[in-house]
Amino acid sequence: MNEMNEVRKPPVATTGIIGWLRINLFFNWTNSLITLFVIYCLYQFIPWILDWTIFSADFKYNYLGEQITNQEMCSRNLDPENGGACWAVIYVRFYQFIYGFYPKVEVWRVNVAYVMLALALLPLLYAKLPYRKYFLYFTYIFPVIAYFLLNGGLGFTEVSTNKWGGLLVTLVLGCTGIALAFPIGIMLALGRRSKLPVISMMCTLFIEFIRGVPLITLLFFGMVMLPLFLPEGIDMDGLVRVLVAVTLFQSAYMAEVIRGGLQAIPPGQYEAAKSLGMSYWRMNLLIILPQAIRISIPPIVNTSIGLFKDTTLVIIVGILDLLGIGRGTLADTNWLGLSYEIYFFVSLVFFIFTFGMSRYSLYLEKKLKTGINMGAD
Amino acid sequence: MSEESIISLKNVNKWFGDFHVLQDVNLEVKKKERIVVCGPSGSGKSTMIRCINRLEEHQEGSIVVDGIELTGNLKNIDNVRKEVGMVFQQFNLFPHLSVKENITLAPIWVKKMPKAEAEELAMRQLEIVKIPEQANKYPGQLSGGQQQRVAIARSLAMNPNIMLFDEPTSALDPEMIKEVLDVMVDLANGGMTMIVVTHEMGFAKTVADRMVFMDEGKIVEEASPDKFFNNPESDRTKLFLSQILHQ
Repeated sequence: MNEMNEVRKPPVATTGIIGWLRINLFFNWTNSLITLFVIYCLYQFIPWILDWTIFSADFKYNYLGEQITNQEMCSRNLDPENGGACWAVIYVRFYQFIYGFYPKVEVWRVNVAYVMLALALLPLLYAKLPYRKYFLYFTYIFPVIAYFLLNGGLGFTEVSTNKWGGLLVTLVLGCTGIALAFPIGIMLALGRRSKLPVISMMCTLFIEFIRGVPLITLLFFGMVMLPLFLPEGIDMDGLVRVLVAVTLFQSAYMAEVIRGGLQAIPPGQYEAAKSLGMSYWRMNLLIILPQAIRISIPPIVNTSIGLFKDTTLVIIVGILDLLGIGRGTLADTNWLGLSYEIYFFVSLVFFIFTFGMSRYSLYLEKKLKTGINMGAD
Repeated sequence: MSEESIISLKNVNKWFGDFHVLQDVNLEVKKKERIVVCGPSGSGKSTMIRCINRLEEHQEGSIVVDGIELTGNLKNIDNVRKEVGMVFQQFNLFPHLSVKENITLAPIWVKKMPKAEAEELAMRQLEIVKIPEQANKYPGQLSGGQQQRVAIARSLAMNPNIMLFDEPTSALDPEMIKEVLDVMVDLANGGMTMIVVTHEMGFAKTVADRMVFMDEGKIVEEASPDKFFNNPESDRTKLFLSQILHQ
């Protein structure tokens, strides 16, 4: 009896740290050789990058203890043997990177908007947030508040959008583009699958046209041609024109992504919903879309990350986003030659946001997986 | 005759492309009558009952359900669907919703029932199909037989006058067929008007008021179960019966 119940251990250790190492890093000769090679490369690279970015880097003062105000004062330019990165350029130009040319007296409004954006995202990020419902109401009205706060009106002094720049523009374009493109994309996807030929044809044409044209072309189109379609006397703001172009572009991609999700829904789901007397809209809102969107989370986040990075293209129509400010700084004779630092910083900021989105999508996938078992099974 | 019919199909024709799937189908179903439809696969039996709640559109002839004629009129279609419940071969539960939510969804959104009332109704329906303890699980966590019973409860929650069953046990493992058939027998004894497409001849013998045999898009034979099983008229029916009863 005792012998029967005795737990037999696996023959070689496959559990614990040793087991993990054995299975993943030293499974056989080739595997072990590759592991050792990678460890050697990391050993060479990590100390160097840490030294360059942190230990030998200048943050505000150079190695002589002077406050850095131009590139000539960077340690690495004074003594090439002695210096690492010269982050002083980011320090000195930080305001422009984050706010562009927003007037200093009014900059608290941008800060408030940043904090509000974080608050608005909170209920989307944490499903278990207490009072989530009220936070969500705030999320819905946040765009309106942000508009008046950033742009002016309702007692705030107007700040023309050509003074906006840096992270502010990147976030405005990215967030608005993603947030608006989502519902438009859903409508386009449903429209393309519609049984009414006129609607289906119009949606298909729209999607194919927008998707077939490079984003840069659309940006030029927004800048140059959109005003021609507007009635005389109405002047459209430059940033709004770009926003229109970005949103149209993103909604076409979003539509195709969601259409992919819709195609994965078995016809039985439609039939069951119809047989219960549901109308077209109820069926789609309650049964079809929740499932289709769930399936499409990875590609939805993928295109959203794509758009967030593509907003850097607005530089070609003269709008200075984060990358634009970086390039502007590089063109300044005071900071010539600091491209490593500037591109490193811009990349890091983009990476923080896109990595956040990617983690969020994983969290969503895990959270929504509960009990889902598609099809007949 | 047609006064007391709750479902009436007259000269119904339907094509899938060039394939003539329903050919001059005539069927009258009286209130509380239990009809079992059988026939070889591809004979049009599923298509016929799917026409009754307009999941398929017929192209010629007329279908009248509870006094409402099925035409392109969307309002009529919605009204018919509120009268007619349907159970599918593949259950078609909504996998993203719990069992209870599957049942309350239509009463809440289509019938505008208050949530608390709908949940009470859902629990009552789950009692009827004998699985109240599964209310908070998701369809993916249930066995096939349990899923099909939830699907029956979901239809019943809309309080239909007519129930259509499209091969409700064909996708089930043999040991689960009985639990679903038991629920259907209870339902039949309760006086529900039912049209059941099935090959479960035992079930047909117990509950059917009338057997309908279809082949190649036509109703070949319509008879009482007694006559149908013991003394069928057409040779096609005899052949079919000999094949399914001797397997």
